[in-house]
Amino acid sequence: MKLITLLASAAVALGLAGGAYADGHEKTKVGFVFVGPIGDGGWTYEHNKGRLAVEEALGDAVETVYVENVAEGPDSERVMTQMALDGADLIFTTSFGYMDPTINIAAKFPDVKFEHATGYKRADNVSTYSARFYEGRAIQGHIAGKMTKSNIIGYIASYPIPEVIRGINAAYIHAAKVNPDVEFKIIWAYTWFDPAKEADAARALIEQGADVVLQHTDSTAPQAAAQEAGNVVTFGQASDMGQYAPFPRVSSIIDDWAPYYIARTKAVIDGTWESTDTWDGIGPGMVGIGEISDAVPADVKEEALAMKAAIADGSYHPFTGPLKKQDGSDWLADGEVADDGTLAGMNFYVEGLTGEIPQ
Amino acid sequence: MDLSVINPILLIAALMSAATPILLAATGELVVERAGVLNLGVEGMMILGAICGFAIAVETGSPLTGFVAAAIGGAMLSLLFALLTQVALANQVASGLALTLFGLGLSALLGQRYVGVKPPRMGDMNFGPLADIPVLGPILFSHDPILYLGIALVAAVWATLKYTRVGLILRAVGENHDAAHALGYKVVRIRTLAIMFGGACAGMGGAYISLIRVPQWTEGMTAGVGWIALALVVFASWKPWRVLLGAYLFGGITQLQLNLQGAGVAIPVEYLAMSPYIITIVVLVILSADKSAAPGSLGRTFHASH
Repeated sequence: MKLITLLASAAVALGLAGGAYADGHEKTKVGFVFVGPIGDGGWTYEHNKGRLAVEEALGDAVETVYVENVAEGPDSERVMTQMALDGADLIFTTSFGYMDPTINIAAKFPDVKFEHATGYKRADNVSTYSARFYEGRAIQGHIAGKMTKSNIIGYIASYPIPEVIRGINAAYIHAAKVNPDVEFKIIWAYTWFDPAKEADAARALIEQGADVVLQHTDSTAPQAAAQEAGNVVTFGQASDMGQYAPFPRVSSIIDDWAPYYIARTKAVIDGTWESTDTWDGIGPGMVGIGEISDAVPADVKEEALAMKAAIADGSYHPFTGPLKKQDGSDWLADGEVADDGTLAGMNFYVEGLTGEIPQ
Repeated sequence: MDLSVINPILLIAALMSAATPILLAATGELVVERAGVLNLGVEGMMILGAICGFAIAVETGSPLTGFVAAAIGGAMLSLLFALLTQVALANQVASGLALTLFGLGLSALLGQRYVGVKPPRMGDMNFGPLADIPVLGPILFSHDPILYLGIALVAAVWATLKYTRVGLILRAVGENHDAAHALGYKVVRIRTLAIMFGGACAGMGGAYISLIRVPQWTEGMTAGVGWIALALVVFASWKPWRVLLGAYLFGGITQLQLNLQGAGVAIPVEYLAMSPYIITIVVLVILSADKSAAPGSLGRTFHASH
C-alpha cells in the first residue's frame, strides 16, 4: 500500500515537474546554421552580428545557438534536425544551398519555424528572406567602370545561382553605362569560402590585366591579393572589410540582418510569426553601402551617392530598360523595370558579357 | 577566347607558390607514413601552424620566426597524436580525425585577436643578377625562401630515405615493426620523431598559406589542403619526387584553370574545376604501375608485447 502511494506520488510529482518544465520553457531558442566560420570577415560574420543583436535586443527572453562551417546539401539536414530536436523554436539557415534541406526538415518539424536566406522555396513554417544585393552591385559597377584604367574588371563568382548572376549583371550594366569599353573577366570559384583559392583567383585576374576586382565570395583574401598588387581596386563583400580601406577597398556592400532577425524572433515570441517572403534593399536598410573612400574621385563619389539615394527612394531601379539578353534578344523595353520574379530566377547574362554561365 | 592574356612565366611562378603548402605537408606525411603511422590530422596541424606562424610573425615582426613557431606548433600538436597512438595505443584513424577537429577549433580560439590583422611580408630571396635572366629568372629566382626550403626538403627526405642508415631504420620500422623491434630499434621513439617531423612540416605548410599565399588569418583558411596532401602521398606511392610532381601538377592545373576561366575559354567550368584532381590522380596512378606498395606496417598499432 505504502509502496503504491509512494509510486503514485512520485508519478504525480513527475507529471507536475514535466508540466512545470513545459511551462518553464519560456526562453525562445533561436538556431543559426552558418556556411562559413563566424570569423570569415564577410557573409557569415554579418549573420553572426545579427545573431548577437538578437541576444542583445531581447536579452533573457531568447537563447541563441549556432553551428558554423556547415556544408551545403544533405549534411546540413543533420545539423538542422539536431537543432530542432534540441528545442529550437526558430531556425535561420543562412545560405542558398540549404534550401532543399530546410524544406525537408521543416516538413518533419511543423512546430518549428524556419527562415531560409536567399532561396525561393517556402512552406507554412518556412519563410524566405534575402537582401537586394544587386542594388549595391549597381553602385559598385558604376564606381568600377569609372575607376578602371585597363578597362578590364575581374569578378570572382561563387556558384552559378540567380543571386550571383544578378550581381554580375547589375555590376556590368552600370560599369558599361559609364565606360562602354569595359570588359568583365569572370572566374567561378565554386566555393563561398576558401581564402587560398580566392587569393589565387584574384591574382589570376590581376595577372590578366584586371585593375578592379569584384568578389562574390566571403573572405577578405582577394583584398589582400589586391593590396599586394598595389594598384587594384576592390570592394568589401557582405561586410565592410574596412581594414583594407581606403585602398584597395574603396567601398563595400554591407548586409545588415540585425533588424530582420530581431523582428522575426519577436514575432515567434508573440506568436504572430507567419510564413513570408522578404526581399529588402538599400531603402529599408538591409543593404548598406560602406563608406566610399577618398581613393575615389569626388565627382564619382557624388554620382555613386546620388544613385544610392535614387535606389533607396525607389526612383531608380538598377534593372531598367532598354536591356537585352546576352544572345541579343530583347529583355526590357525602354523605361521598363524588371519584375521580381525574373530577378529571383535570373539565369542569363545581359548583352555585352562574354562567356557562358555554367549550368 | 584569348589565350595570349595568360603569361606562362607568371603562371609557372604562381603554380610553384600555390603548390608549396601541399608540398610541405605531403612531404612530412610521407615520412610519417614511411615510418608506419597513418596520421589523418594533417589538416589540423596545418591550420594550427597557420595561426601559430601568423601570430608569432605579427608579434615579433619577423616572418621567419613565424615559420619556426609554426613548425613548433605543428610538432606540438602532432605530439598529442603520438601520445594517443604510440603510448596509449589508440586507433590511428580515429586519433587523426580527432586531431583535425581539435586543430580547427584550437586555431579558431587562438586566432580571435588576429582576424583582419596584416602580417609582416616575407621578402623574396635575392639572387642578384640571376633574377634578371629572361624566362628562367622569374620562374626560378624570384621566390620566397620557404618555397626553396620545400624543394630542398623533398631532396633531403629522398636522399635520407634512400642512402642513409637513418632512412633505412625508418623504413624498417614502417615495413615491419616487429622485426625492427627484434633488431633492437626503438620503434615508438622513432615513430614519435617521425610524427613530430610530419607535424612540423604540416605546420610550416599552413603558415605558408597564412603568411605568404593569402596573407591574412581567417578561421578554417586551409580549407581542405591537408586532405589533398594526404591523398597525394598515397597516389605518389610514398616516393618524395612523385610528391613534388603531384603537388606541382595539382597546383599548376589549379592555377591554369583559373587563368583559362579568366581568358574565357569555352570549356565548361565544371570540367575545368575538376581537372586538377583528375589529372593529378591519373598521372600518379599511371606512374605507380611499378607495383610500389604501402609500407607494410602502415596504420598498425605496435606494442612490444605483441
